[in-house]
Amino acid sequence: MKKLSNFKNTLSKNLQWGNFLPQFFLLFFFFLLIFYFTRNAQVNLLARNITSGFDFLSTNSGFDVQFSLIAYDGSFSFGRAYLVGLLNTLLVSFFGVIFASILGFIVGISRLSENLLLSKLSLFYVELFRNLPLILQIFFWYFVVLRNLPSTEKSLILLDFLIINVQGFYFPKFIFTNFQFIVYGIIFAILTILLIKYYSNKMFYNTGKYLPVFKLSLIFLILFPLFFSFLGSVGLKFEQAKLIQNFGIFNYVGGVKLVPEFLALLFALSLYTSAFIAENVRAGILSISKGQKEAAKSIGLNNSLSLKLIIIPQALRVIIPPTTNQYLNLVKNSSLAAGIGYPDLTSVFAGTSLSQTGKAIEIIFIVMMTYLSISLFISLILNWYNKKIAFISK
Amino acid sequence: MKNSMFKFFGSIALFAFLLSGTVAKAGTKEDVTKKGSVSCGVSQGVPGFSNADASGKWSGIDVDMCRAVAAAVLGDSNKVKYQPLSAKDRFEVLKSGQIDMLSRNTTWTLSRDAGLGLEFVGTNFYDGQGFIVRKAAKVNTAKKLNNVKVCVETGTTTELNLRDYFKANKLKYEAVSFTKADEAVAAYDAGRCDVYTTDKSGLAAQRTKMKNPGEHTVLPETISKEPLGPVVRGNDQNWKDIAAWSLYVMIEAEELGVSSKNIDSMKSTDNPNIKRLLGLEGDTGKSLGLSNTWAYNIIKQVGNYGEVYERNVGAKTPLGLARNGSPNQLWSKGGILYAPPVR
Repeated sequence: MKKLSNFKNTLSKNLQWGNFLPQFFLLFFFFLLIFYFTRNAQVNLLARNITSGFDFLSTNSGFDVQFSLIAYDGSFSFGRAYLVGLLNTLLVSFFGVIFASILGFIVGISRLSENLLLSKLSLFYVELFRNLPLILQIFFWYFVVLRNLPSTEKSLILLDFLIINVQGFYFPKFIFTNFQFIVYGIIFAILTILLIKYYSNKMFYNTGKYLPVFKLSLIFLILFPLFFSFLGSVGLKFEQAKLIQNFGIFNYVGGVKLVPEFLALLFALSLYTSAFIAENVRAGILSISKGQKEAAKSIGLNNSLSLKLIIIPQALRVIIPPTTNQYLNLVKNSSLAAGIGYPDLTSVFAGTSLSQTGKAIEIIFIVMMTYLSISLFISLILNWYNKKIAFISK
Repeated sequence: MKNSMFKFFGSIALFAFLLSGTVAKAGTKEDVTKKGSVSCGVSQGVPGFSNADASGKWSGIDVDMCRAVAAAVLGDSNKVKYQPLSAKDRFEVLKSGQIDMLSRNTTWTLSRDAGLGLEFVGTNFYDGQGFIVRKAAKVNTAKKLNNVKVCVETGTTTELNLRDYFKANKLKYEAVSFTKADEAVAAYDAGRCDVYTTDKSGLAAQRTKMKNPGEHTVLPETISKEPLGPVVRGNDQNWKDIAAWSLYVMIEAEELGVSSKNIDSMKSTDNPNIKRLLGLEGDTGKSLGLSNTWAYNIIKQVGNYGEVYERNVGAKTPLGLARNGSPNQLWSKGGILYAPPVR
């Protein structure tokens, strides 16, 4: 109700004659500008006999992409190529966000450590990764580190598990039989953990004692799936990448392959963004007044409990809004992939597909809308989370 | 208050003025004459075609095409502004009018000619796509390339032919694409790929840039037709004609035996074909809207096609592409270069 009357007030103020006219003209010219650019594009496209429209999305793309999460080759459509690019962008963003958050939290907390070496090292880390241009960091990982790895036939093989060479990192593929039993085990473990947590809380309120829920959870999460896989006779095979020789050409085939373009981008994005997140975390923790810590101590909470129950929940309110920005930056920065040939959305769709079809306006529009949607979606989720943990004034 | 209103309406007036700029543009030739230079889109460095030396001076067969047009229109082959473009950007930059012509080892295809609003004016080099591999690979034919990683420049016909070839021969491969030719070559050179593919002239050119050019070998197969030539916007017939005939007179000159060295002594010839070419007879320049010495300027300052070829990609250059037996020889000598009559 209050909101509505506020809105009416602003509206009536806005509707006064002297205010109304300039605003009307501003709006008018804004639309005129949009109209002008659309019309200009139309006229020029027509004058140059350039065909336009979105029909191209269903025609054969004709080009292959080296790294794709879904089945794709040149016989698929440009629409499918878009999906390939989008998924590659989401893949590198997803892992980037996770690694950046973990690293950021560790470094941010380390900077506040009383251990001088640890805090200075963290300071060095933050200043180093925050102050070098991102594209330079991507180039560093790609051209300096990953480019100089040994050739295929001289690959580094670590513990018969990880194969490293200039063409990529190869992990063995896990092939399970009766995999569903492991899932049952995990579900069962989660249910048990929830039950224990419930009892632990009850016990804490009644007797002041609590169970080591975290340690128990870990044990359950390992024991139950193991037990269930024993029951369901789950089998596990490793499919290691195999070295294939074709005349003098050596190549690894099979296994799970991570191409150097992906790794370089992931390393650079994670490290760069984690430096900013570390600063957000530090700022968040420092924003909690000393009194809170002292109060926590005075009611008998130990260090880790006071961090978990008092400090972090309050710090999160300060940490989340700027960290949201960092996540958005990470997604947008992933478009620098084009510089090293990782087939992300910008490079596959706004790059290759654009030059193969010449449909610049359509493709750039689609790509802009896609990035906008991804960014808005991330903001939406984090704003919702931020609201959830915010102070509720009563 | 009044002051701010003035500012407000003033800015609107300025805005309206900017908007009133007309959509239609004057002809490219008029623009070029006014600017006093031809803006020419070239590659980011393909030796023999368009490549800048240490002092920033451009040379190559494509660069000479730009110079020929500048000589025809402005009378001075040095009045060219070069704009290096990636394969990916070239058509957009041309379409948007930032350059006057594109001379960047660009393959003439139907979809590009008809679908992009552009016009291919002719072919200044007949090429075909090939593969280069390390000698250590012990492969002597492309048919044996199975399970390989191939470095390729993205946004090119090369990329499409590559797929067609491997598919037709039921060979497995992975295309590792890069935006710049340089990046693709460097990746191949570092072992990221087993094969690098581009037009054969490009293979010869790029090989000179590799760490050990002798360690690599070009496979015999030519898997595609790649007629390379200059491109202009499709809405300017006059400019297209100028570009096309700038190419034709270089071929015609070679056929008639006129070169940059003997052109002045040729002025006393009785051959009417040569007289027309030099602008001593007829008015070939008029219908193009140029001075009658346009062709003379091209031949004098840039040379005939044979000179251009030998200077940039011929047997005595690092590329060493023999002309005899290739399509890039005059039709009268077994090639397919054939210029319509200049009359």
